Amino acid sequence: MSEEHYLELCDSPVQFENASSVNNVFFDEANKQVFAVRSGGATGVVVKGPDDKNSIAFRYECALKSLCFALIKQNRPVFSFQNGGQGGSEISQVCGEKNATVLGFCWTSWNEIVFITDQGVEFYQVLPDKRSLKLLKSHSINVNWYVYCPETSVILLSTTVQGNVLQPFAFKCGTMSKMSKFEIELPVVTKPAKIILSERDIAVATIYGQLYVMYLKHHSRTGNNPGAEVVLYHLQREGACKRSHILKLNTTGKFALNVVDNLVIVHHQSSQTSFMFDIKMKDTDSNLNIHQPVLPARSIHPYKIALTGPAAVGSQTPVPCELCILFLTFLLGSGYLWYLQVKLKPVVSLLQDKSKLMEFLLRRRDCKMVILSVCSQMLSRGDKGSLPVVAIVFDKLNQVYKEYLEAEQSYTMAVECGPSRGSTAHKRPVRTQAVIDQSDMYTHVLSLFTERKDVSHKFIIAVLMEYIRSLNQFQITVQHYLYELVIKTLVQHNLLYMLHQFLQYHVLSDSKPLACLLLSLESTYPPAHQLSLDMLKRLSTANDEIVEVLLSKQQVLGALRFIRSVGGHDNISARKFLDAARQTKDQMLFYTIFRFFEQRNQRLRGSPNFTPGEHCEEHVAYFKQAFGEQAFIKPVTL
Amino acid sequence: MISPRMATGMQEKQYTPSLLNFFIYNPKFGPREGEEEKKILFYHPSDVEKNEKIRNVGLCEAIVQFTRTFCPSKPAKSLHTQKNRQFFFEPEENFWIVMVVRNPMVEKPNKEGKPPTIEYQEEEILDTVYGAVLQQCYSMYKLFNGTFARAMEAGGVELLTQKLEKFFYRYLQTLHLQSCDLLDVFGGISFFPLDKMTYLKIQSFVNRVEESLSLIKYTAFLYNDQLIWSGLEQDDMRILYKYLTTSLFPRHSEPELAGRDSPLRPEVAGNLLHYGRFLTGPSNLKDPEAKFRFPKIFVNTDDSYEELHLIVYKAMSAAVCFMISASEELGREFCEQLDGLVGPQLTLLASDICEQYNINRRVSGPDKEPQFKFIYFNHMNLAEKSTIHMRKTASVSLTSVHPDLMKILGDIHADFVRVDEDEEIIVKAMTDYWVVGKKSDQRELYVILNQKNANLIEVNEEVKRLCATQCIVTRHLNGYTQTLYLALIVSLLWNAII
Repeated sequence: MSEEHYLELCDSPVQFENASSVNNVFFDEANKQVFAVRSGGATGVVVKGPDDKNSIAFRYECALKSLCFALIKQNRPVFSFQNGGQGGSEISQVCGEKNATVLGFCWTSWNEIVFITDQGVEFYQVLPDKRSLKLLKSHSINVNWYVYCPETSVILLSTTVQGNVLQPFAFKCGTMSKMSKFEIELPVVTKPAKIILSERDIAVATIYGQLYVMYLKHHSRTGNNPGAEVVLYHLQREGACKRSHILKLNTTGKFALNVVDNLVIVHHQSSQTSFMFDIKMKDTDSNLNIHQPVLPARSIHPYKIALTGPAAVGSQTPVPCELCILFLTFLLGSGYLWYLQVKLKPVVSLLQDKSKLMEFLLRRRDCKMVILSVCSQMLSRGDKGSLPVVAIVFDKLNQVYKEYLEAEQSYTMAVECGPSRGSTAHKRPVRTQAVIDQSDMYTHVLSLFTERKDVSHKFIIAVLMEYIRSLNQFQITVQHYLYELVIKTLVQHNLLYMLHQFLQYHVLSDSKPLACLLLSLESTYPPAHQLSLDMLKRLSTANDEIVEVLLSKQQVLGALRFIRSVGGHDNISARKFLDAARQTKDQMLFYTIFRFFEQRNQRLRGSPNFTPGEHCEEHVAYFKQAFGEQAFIKPVTL
Repeated sequence: MISPRMATGMQEKQYTPSLLNFFIYNPKFGPREGEEEKKILFYHPSDVEKNEKIRNVGLCEAIVQFTRTFCPSKPAKSLHTQKNRQFFFEPEENFWIVMVVRNPMVEKPNKEGKPPTIEYQEEEILDTVYGAVLQQCYSMYKLFNGTFARAMEAGGVELLTQKLEKFFYRYLQTLHLQSCDLLDVFGGISFFPLDKMTYLKIQSFVNRVEESLSLIKYTAFLYNDQLIWSGLEQDDMRILYKYLTTSLFPRHSEPELAGRDSPLRPEVAGNLLHYGRFLTGPSNLKDPEAKFRFPKIFVNTDDSYEELHLIVYKAMSAAVCFMISASEELGREFCEQLDGLVGPQLTLLASDICEQYNINRRVSGPDKEPQFKFIYFNHMNLAEKSTIHMRKTASVSLTSVHPDLMKILGDIHADFVRVDEDEEIIVKAMTDYWVVGKKSDQRELYVILNQKNANLIEVNEEVKRLCATQCIVTRHLNGYTQTLYLALIVSLLWNAII
C-alpha cells in the first residue's frame, strides 16, 4: 500500500520544542530555519534548519556570529531588534506615523529590511557598524495584511476595505519597485464592506521560474459550484497581473498549500488527503487553463517517528500529517519540521497515460532514473500496440534532449565569438536530470533490452528503429554504438537483407567503424563487401583502407586504378603492390604492375630504377628471371 | 501471336520472335517404351498431336543427354536452328522446362504466283535474354504454386499437371517475347529514392502495423511501383516485385486514371477518411457479398517453405503487401480491422512521400532530356535503373531506342558474364550511336550516346564526364538511390591503365 502515497515527508525532520506559553516557535522563511524561543529569548534561542547538521543555540545575551533574525514584535511603531555581532547590541528604529501599527517586517537581503505597518512600507538599509538603519524608500498605503515571498523578495500588500486589491512590491539591490496592483475576484460580495480576503487564503510561490499568487477560493455552499478552487495569478515584473490557472479541488473544507518541485500541493484537512497539480499539464478538453488534479487525492505517506527511550519499543506512531501546521514548502508539525517530497515511483503506477506521465516526469527534479526505469518497464512488457506509445515517449525525451543540445550549441558559439558583444556573460545551459541522452538510453535501457530472450526480435528491432527515427526527427546525430546495436541484433537473427536495406537508405550513417564492422560480416553475407567499400568511398577519408581491402582481395589492378583516380598513386608503396601482384601468381598482372612503377620512377625521378629505400630488389630479380633483361625500361640517357 | 510490322520495302513483312512451344517433362515418369506420354506434364499448344508432342520431348531429352557427356555439370541451355531456338531449363531435379521460340523473320514478296521468300534472322535473339525469360516462368509458377516436388508429394502427377495447366495456360498468354531485353536478364528491382527521415517513417509504420496485427509475417512497401521496403528475402522479393509491377498494378491502374464518376472507380463514398483499398481480396468492403479470398504465394522454398496469403493494399501511389501465413483464416473482421488501421495512416504517408519527392525534384530543377540513355544494374542489391524503358504496362514494355541497340546491350552483357574481371566495352553502332558498357565488381552500366563524328577517345572522355556530372545531378535529384547508382561508378569503374 505504500505505493499509493505519492507524497512523503523527508527523512530527517527538524525537531524543536513545542510551542507553549513559555515557548515561542518562529519560522524564518528566508533562511528556512526554525527558531524556538524560550521565555522571550531570555533563557535561550535554538535555531535549526533542515540542512543544518548542528543547530545554533544562543541566549539573548550571548554572542552570535552574524546579523540574525529579529524576534521581538511589538505593537508599537518602535521596532527594535538584536544584532548578535558585538555582544548582543540592539538597534532601535521608529517607523511610520505615530498611530501606525507594525504588521511585520521582512529581510530582503542580509542588510536590507522592510517594515510593514498598516499605513505603508518602509525600506531600510542596516548599518551594523553605526547601529542604525538608513531609510532607502517608503511608500504610504493602507495595508490590511501582507504576504512575503523570500525567494523573489516580493511583498504583497492587501489594500482596500475588502482586502482584495493586492499591491505587490519587489525589492532588489537597494531598490524598491512598485508593481501593478491587481484585484482578486471574490466569490461573494458582502454589502456591509468588511475584509473578506484573508491572508490565510493567499500565498506567493515561484512555479517553473515564474512568480504566482495563489488564491484559495472557497465557494459558498449555495452556488452550483462543486467546490473550492485555487486561482493562480501570474505576477510579472512588467505588465498587469493576469489570472492564469484555475486548479479545481472539487471539494470544500479547510485547505493548505505547498509548492514542491513546481507542483502545487493542496492539503485538504477533513479528508486528510492532498491534491497534486501541475500547471503545465494541459487538460485536453478545456482551452482555458483549468486543471484537474494530476492524480486522485492521496494522503501523505505516514511518517513514523522513532521514539527513543523505553516507550518507543514496538510502538512507532504514524503521525497524521494533514493535521500539521502547514507552511509553504515545509510542513511544520508540533515539534517537527519536515520537507515535503514528491515520490515519483508511485506516480508511475498511478498515472496510466504514458505520454502524460513522461511529460510529468520530465518536469521533475530527480527524474532521470525514474524515467529510464519507466522506459525499461514499458519495453519489457511488449504489450500489443505499445509501439506508438514507445514512439511518443522517445519523442518527448528527445525533445528535451534536443533543446539542451541547442542551448549548449548556441552557448559554445557565443563563447567562441568572444565577449565582444556586451558584458552579459553567457550562461552555460544547465543540464537538468530531464536530459536523457543516447548514452543514458543505451546503458540503462537499450543494451539490456536487446539482450532479452523473452521479447521477439521483431519488437527489439522496431524499438531500436523507433529510437533512431525519433533522434533523426529532432536532427540529433545518432551515435554509432546505437547502429552497432542494430547491426548486432540483425546479424544475430540472420536478418542480413534487412540490414542491407537500412544501409541502402543510409539509415545507418557512414562511419569507418561501421564500414569495418561490415567488412567483418563478408564471410556470412558477401554483399557486405560492396556495402563496406561504398561506405569507405563515400567517407572520402578512407582511401588507404580501400586500397588495403582491394589488395586483400587480390584486386591489385583495381586498387591501383582506385588510388590513381583519387590522385594518390605517387605516394603509394611499390613494394606493397608488387607483393600483392606476386601473390596472385598471375604473371601478366605482375608485369603490368611492375611496368606501372617503372614508369612512375621515370616520371618522378627520371630513371625507371627502384631506389634501395623501396625494398623492391626481390621483385626486380623476379621480373628479370620471368621476362628477361630486355624487358626492363631502358633508362633514357641524355 | 504474329505481329507483322510494315518495313520500308514493298510489302516486305517483318515477324518478331514468337512462342512456338512450351513444355514441361520429367524423363523418369515414363522410362519404358510406349509410356512416353507420361513424361509430359504440360504442353503448349495443347492441340498438338500426341505423337508430335512425344517426338519433340524425346528430341530434347536426347539433346540434353547427349550434351551432358561433354560437360556433366553444365547441361545444354539452348539449341540454335535456322527456324527456331530451343531453351532448356532444369529447375528441379529431372523436371525440364523447354521453350521453343521462332526466330524473327522477314517475308519478302516474290513475283506473282511464287510464294514469298522467308529469311530467318537466327542471330537476332539472345540466349541470355530468353534463358532468363524461361527461368522467370518457373519462378513465377513457384511463387504461386510452390515447387514441383511439393505438388508431387501432395497429390502426385495428377495434381502437378492440374496446377501446371491452370497456371501456364494464362501465364503464357502474357509472355511478350518480342519485347524481352536486357532488363529481363537482370530481373532487377527499381528502388524509390527517398530521404532518410521519410524512410524511417515508413519503417515505423510497417513496424506498428506488424505489431498490432501480429498475424502479419512479412511486409513490403512500394511507392510509384518502386520498392522501398521488403521484409521478404531478396530472391522472393525479386519475383514478387515482377508480379506486382508487370501484372497486378497495371491491372488496377485503370480505376485510378478513370474519372470520378466512372463506373470503374471503386466506391469511395462514405469512406472519405482515407483512400485505402484492397488490390487483392475484397474490392469493396461495404459489399455484403464481398469475398475474402487472397492469392497464396510460396516463399523461402529452399528452407522453411512458407505458404502465405498475399494482401496488397493501396492508398494513392503507396502500395503495401502484407503476407500472412496461409493457415490463418482471413475474414471480414480482419479485413475491416486492417482497412481501419492501415487506410488512414497509409493515406497520410503517401502524401508525405509525394511531398518529399516533389521537394527533391524541385531542388534539382526541371527534368531535362539528357543527351544519353543508360541502364544500370547492381547484382548485389538487384537495384536497376533504366532511362531507356518507358513505364511498363501489362502488355508491353516500351523502349525508346532501336531494337538493334538493345541487342548490342545484350551482347555486351553476354561478354561481361564470360569473365570475372572488371571490363569496359565501347561499341560503335549505326548512325552516330555509341554504346558503352562498364562493369565493376557487381555493377554494370550501359550508356547509349549519340554524338556526330565522335571518335573512341572522345566517347570515352564523354562517358567519364557523364558519370561525374550525372552523379552530381542525380544526387540532388533523388537523394539516396541514384547516388548509390552512379557515385561509385566514377571511381570504381576504371579505365585500363595499360
